[in-house]
Amino acid sequence: MLRFILMRLGKAAIILIAILTLNFFLIHAAPGDPAAVMAGEAGAADAKFIAQLREQFGLDKPLLTQLGIYLKGVLQFDLGYSYRQQMPVADLILDRLPATLLLTMTAFVISLVLGTAAGVLASARVGKWSDTAISTLALLFYATPLYWAALMAVLLFSVYFNWLPGFGYETVGANYTGFRRALDIGQHLILPATTLGLFFMAVYMRMTRASMLEVSQLDFVKTARAKGLKSGIIQRRHIFRNAMLPVVTLAGLQAGQLVGGAVLTETVFAWPGIGRLMFEALAQRDYNLLLGVFFVSAAMVLVFNLITDILYRFVDPRIRVA
Amino acid sequence: MADFWKRFSRNRGAVIGLAILAIVVLVAILAPLLFPQSPWRMVQRPFLPPFAMDQYPLGTDALGRNVISGLAYGAQVSLLVGLVSTVAALLIGIPIGALAGYFGGWADDALMRFTEFFQTVPSFALAIVLVAIFEPSIQSIIAAIAIVSWPPVARLVRGEVLSLRSREYVEAAILSGQTSLTIILRQVLPNTISPIIVLASLMVATAILLESSLSFLGLGDPNLMSWGYMIGAARTVIRQAWWLSFFPGVAILLTVLALNLIGEGLNDALNPRLARRGK
Amino acid sequence: MKDPVLSIKNLKIALPEGADRDFAVDDVTYDLFPGEILCIVGESGSGKSMSANAAMGLLPDLVRPVGGEIIFDGTDVLKLSEAEMMDLRGKKIAMIFQEPMSALNPLMRVEDQIAEVFEAHGLLTPKERAARAIELLTEVGIPDPQKAARAYPFQLSGGQRQRVMIAMALALEPRILIADEPTTALDVTTQAQILELIRNLQEKHGMAVMFITHDFGVVAEIADRVAVMQYGKIVEAGTADEVLDNPQHEYTQKLIAAIPKLAAEETEAPVGKTPILEVEGLNKTYVTGGGLFFSKPRVVHAVNDVNLTLCEGETLGIVGESGSGKSSVGRCLVRLMQPDSGTVKLAGHDMAQLSGDALREARKSIQMIFQDPYASLNPRSKVGRIIAEGPMAHGVSKQEAYARAVKLLELVDLDALAIDRYPHEFSGGQRQRIGIARALALEPRVIIADEAVSALDVSIQAQVLDLLADLKERLNLALIFITHDLRVAAQICDRIAVMQKGKVVEMGPAHAIFNNPQSDYTRTLIEAIPGREKELAAAG
Repeated sequence: MLRFILMRLGKAAIILIAILTLNFFLIHAAPGDPAAVMAGEAGAADAKFIAQLREQFGLDKPLLTQLGIYLKGVLQFDLGYSYRQQMPVADLILDRLPATLLLTMTAFVISLVLGTAAGVLASARVGKWSDTAISTLALLFYATPLYWAALMAVLLFSVYFNWLPGFGYETVGANYTGFRRALDIGQHLILPATTLGLFFMAVYMRMTRASMLEVSQLDFVKTARAKGLKSGIIQRRHIFRNAMLPVVTLAGLQAGQLVGGAVLTETVFAWPGIGRLMFEALAQRDYNLLLGVFFVSAAMVLVFNLITDILYRFVDPRIRVA
Repeated sequence: MADFWKRFSRNRGAVIGLAILAIVVLVAILAPLLFPQSPWRMVQRPFLPPFAMDQYPLGTDALGRNVISGLAYGAQVSLLVGLVSTVAALLIGIPIGALAGYFGGWADDALMRFTEFFQTVPSFALAIVLVAIFEPSIQSIIAAIAIVSWPPVARLVRGEVLSLRSREYVEAAILSGQTSLTIILRQVLPNTISPIIVLASLMVATAILLESSLSFLGLGDPNLMSWGYMIGAARTVIRQAWWLSFFPGVAILLTVLALNLIGEGLNDALNPRLARRGK
Repeated sequence: MKDPVLSIKNLKIALPEGADRDFAVDDVTYDLFPGEILCIVGESGSGKSMSANAAMGLLPDLVRPVGGEIIFDGTDVLKLSEAEMMDLRGKKIAMIFQEPMSALNPLMRVEDQIAEVFEAHGLLTPKERAARAIELLTEVGIPDPQKAARAYPFQLSGGQRQRVMIAMALALEPRILIADEPTTALDVTTQAQILELIRNLQEKHGMAVMFITHDFGVVAEIADRVAVMQYGKIVEAGTADEVLDNPQHEYTQKLIAAIPKLAAEETEAPVGKTPILEVEGLNKTYVTGGGLFFSKPRVVHAVNDVNLTLCEGETLGIVGESGSGKSSVGRCLVRLMQPDSGTVKLAGHDMAQLSGDALREARKSIQMIFQDPYASLNPRSKVGRIIAEGPMAHGVSKQEAYARAVKLLELVDLDALAIDRYPHEFSGGQRQRIGIARALALEPRVIIADEAVSALDVSIQAQVLDLLADLKERLNLALIFITHDLRVAAQICDRIAVMQKGKVVEMGPAHAIFNNPQSDYTRTLIEAIPGREKELAAAG
């Protein structure tokens, strides 16, 4: 197990270095001289300042040396400096990361739990009206633009009914503490997390339904029936566990999309996470910050992947023991 | 072919999808005829609500531009980006997958690590970064979408080729003296076409969603009216003018839904054996 | 006579619309008596396992009984509620299946799967269940039952898994055991062990066994009584001796006649004939696993120093169980697989050294017939194209190649019109004929048939074997026949090489191999052939 985790960590490290390299070349591919761009961002584009920046960031050195300096910097949690926000990129991101983690994790859990539950329900009633209803709903969620669902949710639940807050992370100026604050954040979380999870809910539902139906055709299910087991036990113990294997794999693969989707959700709901930060960076053409957020979201995806991989090993003995 | 249509049309959803898509395509083609004026032009007072004036059935936006005209021109952009970026993704994915699957070994390892890398990177975030750095334009958007959406193609083609390569009829073709190129073109690729077509129809849908998301964030081509841009521009005024974000959203939803339905229909029609399951 | 434990009366089972016939089982009546083994025999699609599945209430979704009754314990099983059926299943009637690989849940330990049987019927405490599981595993003869109980199915061999299935079936001492082709997926030696186990357990527990099979050899080995099915009807029933020795119905007679006889005829030794293929020191190893990091590669010696000679007009059998390397040898000969070392001399050329155009040219003289009649023809090519492709690749004009294809189709007894049809329009046997025609298209001198009749029903198998023998004679071909089935080998081969774990353990004339085997392994293999003793006794 330990060896497996070490191996996966090694692989993740290689991917991270590859992403950083990509990042580095993207900065250089950006139109204009990076020093001029940085100077522009800092709002002082005179030649002396540019030359100074050039030296400070080693921009006069060969490209590979620069890459080395860049990678070394990242190892020390130095993701560069955002001249627009006048703060180190790493600090900006670290400040916003918890909100994003809260949002994506909640959305992930909601979509996985509700999605698989709906999928199981639909597969148990295949062909009946409840299956048709669930499948149609999934089809709709699957085709709905995430940001539009978010806007419509705000319109409906926040503006029209006034049931839930549709803006921000907590009630500004209320200065709640302790449990009251958690409740407040929870209320603010409902709409963003649900709308972010909607698409993935549809994905997991469809996958679970298809997988349940496929597994229920397999021989060992017939064996279980031949034992005289109740159909509830067969569903849970034999069909569901086997059907979840591809869903877990998919959940890992989809994690990346979830982190990407957070940019849209956070923008609509003014959720103070790194997605919103990315939107701000876009609006201000703050490339250092943009690439920093990109790097951190890729790292988050790797963590998600590692978790699902470990989960998979717990579910499937063929991989665990072999 | 007749058989194909019979199986396709047995899926009611697929027929509905085809009908919706036909309408969208028609609107996109006829847009310049239906709305000769530029969709960017101010035609009425701002925030004209829908159904208030027959001439502007879906109302006007914050700058007094005709919403329905914007929708028609937006259809052009959505379909164009969806189609071209999917073709581009196929052009990257199919050769990579076919090479990895047919030759195996070292080439397979290298190509698949490369593919895996692109699959791990959060695709939407990468698309944002690419478009932002190379400046938003229709070309950079198409390129970015193609770059983030080819890995599933490569994986699919590789898997198919890998299993077909060891199929007995391919071995018989090797023994009968056919060259590798003939075998790939005549024996292997024709048998991978149907899953590729199905995947491609779903990819067009995803590409449309991606394009609209980029435009929503302000990363659309500044010279082209698109659905995502319309919603993005209406975001801040949603409390005053719900219709500005509602109608473009419905347009995206219907188009993407139609493509997904068609994808399922194609799957039923092209893989009759698999389609029977779970029905 | 005792009362039957299960009595099937005028059973009718309907197939869904669009099937090739209306009823899977059509007006079938038979009894199963306590303490007997009743074999239901039939070819694929005969409906042989349907009545048994109906008795368990385990019919496929769209298939349902529409008439007749199944009487067990004085009640009609077909009228029982689902709850009553659940009580019956596993407790009074138990069942084992064909594929031991897929019949066990891959994610559950063996002991848990056995314990489930008790749990399903609310018997024993969890601790007692675990203890019983070990006892049962011991009874079915699994080596190291303690360890096997903790194992997952993928850690057991096919035979061991079938033993686990039997242990589960035995758990509640059912009155009836239904065995649905339980040995079909197993190697012949494992099959013999499982058959013996079922026989012993049946005697010890006094169960009635309903044994469903397509293999008359297995019937001869195990049956007390036999019922033969064709197209959903029982065409003949009686004691095993009656049916096997003196079949009354035409279909039964045909089936039994189609079984390859074990007695290999003495053929003249191929002395003086010119060898056409000489294989020396052939080796092939596989390395599996062993990635970039840590994991240790596993090395399998699939072909281990194999030497063979094939003479003109001769049929050489390569016989072995799964994993013996017999197919690897065949693939190395045509270079679908690259041997590590050794020479393969074909009409003067060393096949093992050739490459590029020279290899393509040399392969014209050595062609292959494949196992799976469904996977061996490109579903998107018409039959004419499939056959003509080879000659065309070697520069024959399209017109000439198609003309030759027509002749070849006639040669393998197919209609010339087949040329414009797609493979899926043909039956398994016909497809295999197309495969043969394709192999002949390049006018080869050697043909390698890799399990070429294994996927076919016995009556079709006999026809294809006859065709091959006939073609060999007429075209003066040399044949290498790779098979796991010793009966088939006995019928068609002049000489036989027996392989085990990549090595040829014995080679010689067919009659010598069967009548006077030299190695222990060959002896075990031959003794395991189902129905052999009965056949020997009959031959006197």
